[in-house]
Amino acid sequence: MKYLQQFLIIMLVTCIGEIIRYLLPLPIPASIYGLVLMFILLYAGVLKLDQVKSAAQFLIAIMPVMFIPAAVGLLDSFSALQPILIPALITVIVCNVVVMVVTGKTAEFIISKDKKKGENA
Amino acid sequence: MNEFFASSTTIGVVISLIFYYFGMWLKAKFKSSLINPLLISIALTMVFLLLFRIDYASYNNSGKYLSYLLTPATVSLAIPLYMEIERMKKNIKAILISIFVGSITSMTVILIFALIFHFDHAQYVTFLPKSITTAIGMSISEELGGVVPITVAAIIVTGIFGNISAEGVLKAANITDPIAKGLAIGTSAHAIGTAKAMEIGEVEGAMSSLSIVTAGIITVIGANLWAMFL
Repeated sequence: MKYLQQFLIIMLVTCIGEIIRYLLPLPIPASIYGLVLMFILLYAGVLKLDQVKSAAQFLIAIMPVMFIPAAVGLLDSFSALQPILIPALITVIVCNVVVMVVTGKTAEFIISKDKKKGENA
Repeated sequence: MNEFFASSTTIGVVISLIFYYFGMWLKAKFKSSLINPLLISIALTMVFLLLFRIDYASYNNSGKYLSYLLTPATVSLAIPLYMEIERMKKNIKAILISIFVGSITSMTVILIFALIFHFDHAQYVTFLPKSITTAIGMSISEELGGVVPITVAAIIVTGIFGNISAEGVLKAANITDPIAKGLAIGTSAHAIGTAKAMEIGEVEGAMSSLSIVTAGIITVIGANLWAMFL
């Protein structure tokens, strides 16, 4: 009963996300609408955590394997990628490292500044 | 073999899971964070398909059911996010500013490399949305006149690279705050990175999930502006 209810709620919210996606002409996927909607429902108290928690944790725990089929699909786009493979790889890898470091450093800088302010106050 | 794969509704799921499980086993056995189960499972599945001459379409006849779960799994990311709501409220300024700065940085670095490598406009906009979640990135690329399959490939490679490198890069850059780590992973490597953030910790996972949504929306607007630069 518990799992049935949790699975139902998650699929229902996902489906509502698809309905919003169908109705709005924005380049935002159903999963993002669903995520935001689920968050709002929890925040507003319409849903309680234990009405969704176990099934959500199961899905999140197995999430990495869900990327395998799409990644294996790179086999088929390899020919399209080949002419620009080296520049593309350099761009992707350098950009990734730079963005990770810049985002993390920016966040740490603001967090530590806020903490100091809090201590002085 | 190819025929069986094309008719089966489970085999693609099973071999993907087996190879991932094997990757986890290797990781536990050698106790090394350099061994990444996701990378191992992708590589072994590719080798398996090539070795037994199985078409990707035949594999994906059943493999697609794993992909199918991605939408409800992404919706489920709201749960760990909600569990960290107090931390989120307290650090809202740091969260929004760093994701904003990260998203702008991503597009600017792409612009710089596009100039270095003499990408044309179509190639440039193909890579522009590469740090964000696949579905949003695809629509941006399409709208701006990019090559969608290459965008998808760039997004996936970004995510996998982010997933593999996150722990090492954050350590090398001496980024230790769990909130900052989560934001860094999610902003640079979207959902595939978030899968790693979830393994590192609850705070990291929640902040990474939040970054997928926020960076995605910032990039929808930002990419339209950045597309004008080349």
